[in-house]
Amino acid sequence: MTQTSGDTLNPEEMPAPAPTPSLIEEARFPNVRPSPMRSADGTPTFIVPAAEIVEVAQYLKESGFTLFEDVTAVDWLPKEPRFQVVYHFLNLTARQPIRLKVELPGDKPSVPSITGVFRGANWFEREVFDLFGIVFENHPDLRRIQMPDDWEGHPLRKDYPITGPRRPNLPSNEFRPEGRSGPTLPPAQ
Amino acid sequence: MEDLQIKDRWLEDDEDQYLKDNNDYQDPSSELMTINMGPQHPSTHGVLRLVVTLRGEEVVKCESVIGYLHTGIEKQGETKTYNQALTLTDRTDYLNPLINNLNYSLAVEQLLGITNKIPPRAQVARVLLSELQRISSHLVWLGTHAMDLGAQSAFLYGMRDREKILDIFEMISGVRLMTSFIMPGGLYADLPPGFKEKVQEFITYFKKIWPDYGKMLTKSELWFERTKGICSMTQEEALNWGVTGPVLRSTGIPYDVRKVFPYSGYETYDFEVPTGTNGDVYDRFMVRMLEVNQSIRIVEQALEKLPDGEWQVNDLKIVPPKKYQIAVTMESLIHHFKLYTEGYKPVTGEVYSRVESARGELACYMVSNGTNKPYRMHLRGPSLANLQTLGPTLEGRAMFADIVAAIGSIDIILGEVDR
Repeated sequence: MTQTSGDTLNPEEMPAPAPTPSLIEEARFPNVRPSPMRSADGTPTFIVPAAEIVEVAQYLKESGFTLFEDVTAVDWLPKEPRFQVVYHFLNLTARQPIRLKVELPGDKPSVPSITGVFRGANWFEREVFDLFGIVFENHPDLRRIQMPDDWEGHPLRKDYPITGPRRPNLPSNEFRPEGRSGPTLPPAQ
Repeated sequence: MEDLQIKDRWLEDDEDQYLKDNNDYQDPSSELMTINMGPQHPSTHGVLRLVVTLRGEEVVKCESVIGYLHTGIEKQGETKTYNQALTLTDRTDYLNPLINNLNYSLAVEQLLGITNKIPPRAQVARVLLSELQRISSHLVWLGTHAMDLGAQSAFLYGMRDREKILDIFEMISGVRLMTSFIMPGGLYADLPPGFKEKVQEFITYFKKIWPDYGKMLTKSELWFERTKGICSMTQEEALNWGVTGPVLRSTGIPYDVRKVFPYSGYETYDFEVPTGTNGDVYDRFMVRMLEVNQSIRIVEQALEKLPDGEWQVNDLKIVPPKKYQIAVTMESLIHHFKLYTEGYKPVTGEVYSRVESARGELACYMVSNGTNKPYRMHLRGPSLANLQTLGPTLEGRAMFADIVAAIGSIDIILGEVDR
């Protein structure tokens, strides 16, 4: 069997997304809308306004989504709204996962905490606060969790350099750019 | 002499002031006592730090402090191409790197839309290697857990047999721990000749010896005293906390990703999901012990059905061409060059793939924006959610010595908690 170059990267060959079942009552939550982004695993995705997230999470928990899975965030830097907080819940009896997204502005992002509904969100929200700087209102214990307490900046933001806060990324083909800290040669006499 | 005394007093005063400034000062007349366990503590399985408040021997408060092993793997993943970021996943949960590889590979394959194109040999090999990895991880868990509770022989036996599994991994990939053997598109290389015989030999040996592990511990009354009724949890609590894996199954909920969302052909294997009832340390112990029996069954079935044939997808945009092809065809050379300099570019989209690791539901949330690097790579470690429950399940209902039993039963890996 010889290998050939297939064209699996062609979007036409992608499996069609599964039809989204009506998991969230439209009459009750008119502001919740499906996410336009391609969901490669077929998980139904909804964009929820920040003010309604606790209510929607409570509603989902009562309608069978009892297993809390994950809270994380994505930083779409030049775009606005800049941040997306992404929630994953699972309905064990129906074997149905669901993904919720809350879009937040780049300036002072904050969203109500869902720790009142799912206690397991506690450390996950602390991690998002630590690494993205997104504030979770009414969180019982909002402190840094991964980074040291006196750390400055939020590492997973896209404008945070990979080399660290005090050492910006080195431009290519340049040994020591201006403005970089560190020992420099004394000026010529 | 005088100078020395003055200096001594100065040091004492300073220390006292330091403790007061940092709220660590303990009133000697208080009934409560605060003890710091870790981050370097033999029974915390890594660099976990616990701040425990005790009244006598009773645990009043138990706070976990994590982050000592934070290495920024998610941030690094965003700066590497899809094939390069694979090697970072080995470093998260260092006791089951192959399952981490599988989790990452499944996410990338779903983004690329090639999930159905993985050849059968790769599928079966993935299942086989995952189960061997699960056995090796459980052997380390059993050894350390038993050693924490005072039974040292289980650790020595466990390490001895784990070494045999690591020998198999060394045979296929050349590396014992950080294999990166399962990659997007199939396997890194074909399984070498003699692989089947070696696994068969191990399974025949291990099947005979595995019941002895249980006997070593459960014949002792002390083991029941130390494990029964400790750190128990109800089903609602467990779901609410996001607990998965053996800890969730010990409460009686049969949630196993291999059954609920089968991947890599797990639906074609015959195995059971052992569950407990109370969710205490003993039930978690029993669930893991029974799980190993099921893993042995799966390995045996996989050995039977391991087919010959290709081990990678038939697409040079995703997997590198064979070495002999590079020598003879120009296209292969170009593909090889393009793959290692630029990589592939999945279409914009997002995916959340789950697998059952030795500790629970390991998941990878990945966002692609159409470039050759993951825009966001989030790894959901089961240990993080499981470790959260340590404090609340101990506070007010456990003794100080039970903390050690509880940590061992959760089976945390700090590399995965901190990432």
